[in-house]
Amino acid sequence: MSAASSDAAREDRFPLVLGLDTFGDVTYDEDGRPLSHAQTIRDVVEEGVLADQVGVDYFGIGEHHTDDIPMSAADVVLGAIAARTTRIRVGSAVTVLSSDDPVRVFQRYSTLNAVSGGRAEVILGRGSSIDSFPLFGYDLADYEDLFEDKTGLFAELLKGGPVTWQGKTRPALHDQDVVPHTESGPFPAWIGVGGSPQSVVRAAHYGFSLMLAIIGGSPARFAPFSQLFQQALERFGRAPLPVGVHSPGHVAATDEKAREEFWPHYLEVIRRVSKTRGFAAPTKESFTYETGPQGALYVGSPETVAKKIAANLTSLGANRFDLKYGMGGLSHEVLMTNIELYGTQVIPRVRELLT
Amino acid sequence: MTRLAVLGAGHVGPVIARVAIDAGFPVSIAASGDPEEITLITQFLAPGAEPRWAAEAVEDADVVVLAIPLHKFATFDPALVAGKVVVDTMNYWPPIDGVQEMFEDPLYGSSEIVAHRLSRSTIVKTFNHIGYHELDDERRPAGSPERRALGVAGDDPAAVTTVADVIERIGYDAVPLEGLGAGRLLEPGGPVFGVSLSRPEFEHAVARSPLREKA
Repeated sequence: MSAASSDAAREDRFPLVLGLDTFGDVTYDEDGRPLSHAQTIRDVVEEGVLADQVGVDYFGIGEHHTDDIPMSAADVVLGAIAARTTRIRVGSAVTVLSSDDPVRVFQRYSTLNAVSGGRAEVILGRGSSIDSFPLFGYDLADYEDLFEDKTGLFAELLKGGPVTWQGKTRPALHDQDVVPHTESGPFPAWIGVGGSPQSVVRAAHYGFSLMLAIIGGSPARFAPFSQLFQQALERFGRAPLPVGVHSPGHVAATDEKAREEFWPHYLEVIRRVSKTRGFAAPTKESFTYETGPQGALYVGSPETVAKKIAANLTSLGANRFDLKYGMGGLSHEVLMTNIELYGTQVIPRVRELLT
Repeated sequence: MTRLAVLGAGHVGPVIARVAIDAGFPVSIAASGDPEEITLITQFLAPGAEPRWAAEAVEDADVVVLAIPLHKFATFDPALVAGKVVVDTMNYWPPIDGVQEMFEDPLYGSSEIVAHRLSRSTIVKTFNHIGYHELDDERRPAGSPERRALGVAGDDPAAVTTVADVIERIGYDAVPLEGLGAGRLLEPGGPVFGVSLSRPEFEHAVARSPLREKA
């Protein structure tokens, strides 16, 4: 498998998809005070509606369960967005399948698919969220086994029709009809991968598309993952499937403005996480590296961000990019500007660069 | 040339295998089962490494790199690596991976607990405090002002020297620490965990850490 043939897969078989993801961090008012969970959720609905209006292809919400990221029921928020839009695809980014019931996940997203007229997708993974494990009574040490087992069941459910399944992590199903049925076959399902090659092979095994979550370091190092995925699909006798990239970033009118808006909140959020998890806080140097051409952050003017997206989609043999916008502490207004610039300037520019 | 056996084909194992191959070391790689299951992973992520059964990989190796998730360690067979130099790349990191009783002993670092269980092996702790996503990118030739330091902690000086040589050839400055107990300085929450530091910066950070007293 050469890089050239994965480029061919991108260009010939799959359309270019340019989406937005959010974790739904609590937004702040003009005086820098956090807004309520309820207002944050209503803001996310408005953000999804705007994304539709400005031509974004996909709007994803990542499940989280914390005071600063209160997006525990992403599918409900997506349903509200679906009701007010007609074009944009809606889905998760990610759904923490290990601490959920695959039957319920299927039911919720199949319902979203019905509400949205066939625009639902689901991305399964762990994400960086670990709070759902104690909340729902799961042991983090069982993560791999839970994910493996539940992914297998989810793949069965997606096929449609009565399900017979036996596993280790939930009661068996015997010829069980699970509703609502989808109208026209399975909705798109992806597995989010952060660095585990076994997850790549697992996605290929079950026929899920591959979403590479690249949140630090060089995006280019993921190229072998993309090649491994296509080769594994071939090994399992499956047709090629799309590869996507999810990375954080922030778009503003100029590079300077984007960095100035994003940096203090990025520093604050990562510093808070680093304290509880015991790793180093970012420095101005590491931020400069990550926002440069070799790094994983897409922070800058529409032109800067578009060029970086185009370059990395090419080097990774990927046909989809989802920008994870937003960061705790940014205001709803700043996020709306980011979305508008992404839809009206970044997306057309990426399309131009890739044709 | 030191022969390496990397045990683990997850996030960490293939990256270490790849950079070691690049440095000219013969490397075999093994997961918990049939090498056939990791041939594709090896082909794309660590080309040049030889997928083998764990026991066969270990038998021929001078240094075994243990790169399995720590929660799998409780069921890891100590006999598999008896008599070998074992590099412990693992971390006990409860906020990320959950609590494990075996490692909930404030008197000992995680590698000391590993060493206690692998009592017939010689344990050296390193690689644990650099992100697997950085290990490839941050390599620099010897003498480069940007070259990053990696701590190497162990009780057996010969084993520490062997492993330090591997680190140096891969592209990092090896900083030996005073015994495996000092490996606590390399753990999550410690002064060098996840930080890119040059040798002088690393030595300074370690020397002024309050953890040093305990270690």
